[in-house]
Amino acid sequence: MGSGGRRVSGEVLRGFFREMLLIRRFEEKVEERFRAGELPGFLHVAIGQEAAATGVCAALQPDDVIASTHRAHGHAIAKGTSIDRIMAELYGKLEGCSQGFGGSMHLYDLAAGNLGANAVVAGGIPGIVGAAFAFQWREEPRAAVAFFGDGATNTGTFHESLNLAQLWKVPAIFVLENNGWAESTPATQHLPLPAEELGKRAQAYGMKLIEADGQDVEAVYLAALASREHAVSGKGPVLLHLRTYRLTGHYVGDPQVYRDKEELKQTRGSKDPIELLRARLELSDDELAAIDAEVTAEVEASVEFAKAGTDPRPEDALKYVYA
Amino acid sequence: MPELTYREAVRDALARALRADEQVFVMGEDIAEMGGSMGVTQGLLEEFGPKRIRNTPISEMAIVGSGIGAAIQGLRPVVEIMYEDFLTLSMEQIVNQAAKHRTMSGGQVTVPLTIRTQGGAGWSPGAQHAQQLEAWFVHVPGLKVVFASTPEDVRGLLWSSIYDDNPVLFFEHRTLYPLKGEVPEELEPIPLGKARIHREGEDVTVVATGRLVHDALRAAEEAEKEGISVEVVDPRTLLPLDEDTIVGSVRKTTRCVTAHEAVAHGGFGAELTAVIQYGAFDYLDAPIERVGAKFAPLPFAPVMEDYVVPHSDDVLEAIRRTVARG
Repeated sequence: MGSGGRRVSGEVLRGFFREMLLIRRFEEKVEERFRAGELPGFLHVAIGQEAAATGVCAALQPDDVIASTHRAHGHAIAKGTSIDRIMAELYGKLEGCSQGFGGSMHLYDLAAGNLGANAVVAGGIPGIVGAAFAFQWREEPRAAVAFFGDGATNTGTFHESLNLAQLWKVPAIFVLENNGWAESTPATQHLPLPAEELGKRAQAYGMKLIEADGQDVEAVYLAALASREHAVSGKGPVLLHLRTYRLTGHYVGDPQVYRDKEELKQTRGSKDPIELLRARLELSDDELAAIDAEVTAEVEASVEFAKAGTDPRPEDALKYVYA
Repeated sequence: MPELTYREAVRDALARALRADEQVFVMGEDIAEMGGSMGVTQGLLEEFGPKRIRNTPISEMAIVGSGIGAAIQGLRPVVEIMYEDFLTLSMEQIVNQAAKHRTMSGGQVTVPLTIRTQGGAGWSPGAQHAQQLEAWFVHVPGLKVVFASTPEDVRGLLWSSIYDDNPVLFFEHRTLYPLKGEVPEELEPIPLGKARIHREGEDVTVVATGRLVHDALRAAEEAEKEGISVEVVDPRTLLPLDEDTIVGSVRKTTRCVTAHEAVAHGGFGAELTAVIQYGAFDYLDAPIERVGAKFAPLPFAPVMEDYVVPHSDDVLEAIRRTVARG
């Protein structure tokens, strides 16, 4: 793993726990408000994948940049955008992190280093190669990070991007959140190799591969730190392969007719990264309840903030077509 | 005034921009040692070095996509897509990413990217090396689209495109590269969105782009012999479009022909026609004529290629038809 034998302090892990629970409660609230008909559009939550967002972003510096995916809430929160501004975005308000122009699949926060979530699978990856190229060009010790899933690794965009990144040895980290599903299609139907072996694709480019259990936030964090060290030291990009699990459907409301109910039950029972971390930290019921009450209150406040936000004027739609 | 070919004028604009601004760099397939498949970037590697003049893999999606990423971080990339036909391989990044980042981010993101490409028939390349696809991009909010037809224009417009803070599709026409023309001693930037009236006339306006500007000028000379006075207008920038100049010209002449090498059906001439009929409806004395390629993939055999794409004769016939309407 290249963690150099480092271990993460209990205090840091508790911070991770809090953030992961915040992401979880945020997404649960978003589901609830969506089902209540308050949120336009449609939503993808990343319940089960919180450790990837928290562990990776915790390993980054503030001026490192990320590009996210359609499953974006956790990445945005972990990179430092306030949940008030994310919730306001989901309500289509001017106070939103994209001023209501983006929505759930286009959360941006340039100041926080979030170059945007992307609704096209693999669409954000080549831009990260370009951002990393700019850092290399200016000799800035910064990393550019693309999140994507196993489905994205079958696109030409992915192959072209990793090839170019390795060729130019740019400081990019390609974070593969391998949850074993391309929307409703299982890895057995979209990958010619076992999902666990998907990291092998790095070899085709001569790229450094680092792998970690995506449900273990400590492992993710240490792997991401090692990835960043490798990338920023000029050794070239890294494919950071995280095996993770999607504990809900592809989108909010997905009946998951394609998924075995027993498998889903077992996965939920054994692969929840928050439960795993709670056990690891040996949090008492009271401690858990206290943290939960805090983050739940924050989430409730974000809904109030969003609902009190300003609606854009219709004609604002034309405001940002050109610089 | 010095004389440059269209090819040299493109190169001159690139070289001047590279000299003027350390944030400018050029990348594309075969553009370094080889100097590009059209020879446009010859000599740039020697002057500016491999950091700024970069060959890429044959990866159009990654070329455009990494250009976008670098542009967002403050560089001014000029990427070359060797043939317009290959823009199809980078459409996702152009249409979904470059064009939309600014709006999707609520104005946070700026993408100062220039995408140079070239195309055009007249040398029997067959169906996949000579298409004229500029109209596709005019349909996409967030992009700018430039198609220059002379050395002076291609130089001044490329400079402005590189320094524009928006993604610009910059179309060059292959058969114009050897064309010579006078250019100002010092590069004079030409603002995007300004048409050029190449020739003033009284009876018919021909709005032409790319190679067809030159065919239109030849047709105008022929028409002159028949007593028809033709005004030739080149929009130069297709998006944004200088509607005032074009509509103003047609209000004066009362007749109009649109002319481009691209397929007529659904082509840029259709947009021009819509703009003109609305802006000059009460002035028009004849239906607007559209000149463009016939509706077929470009065939290989010269006799068939020649049949499909329009020439000055086609423009002249359209001029005659519109005048014949009384």
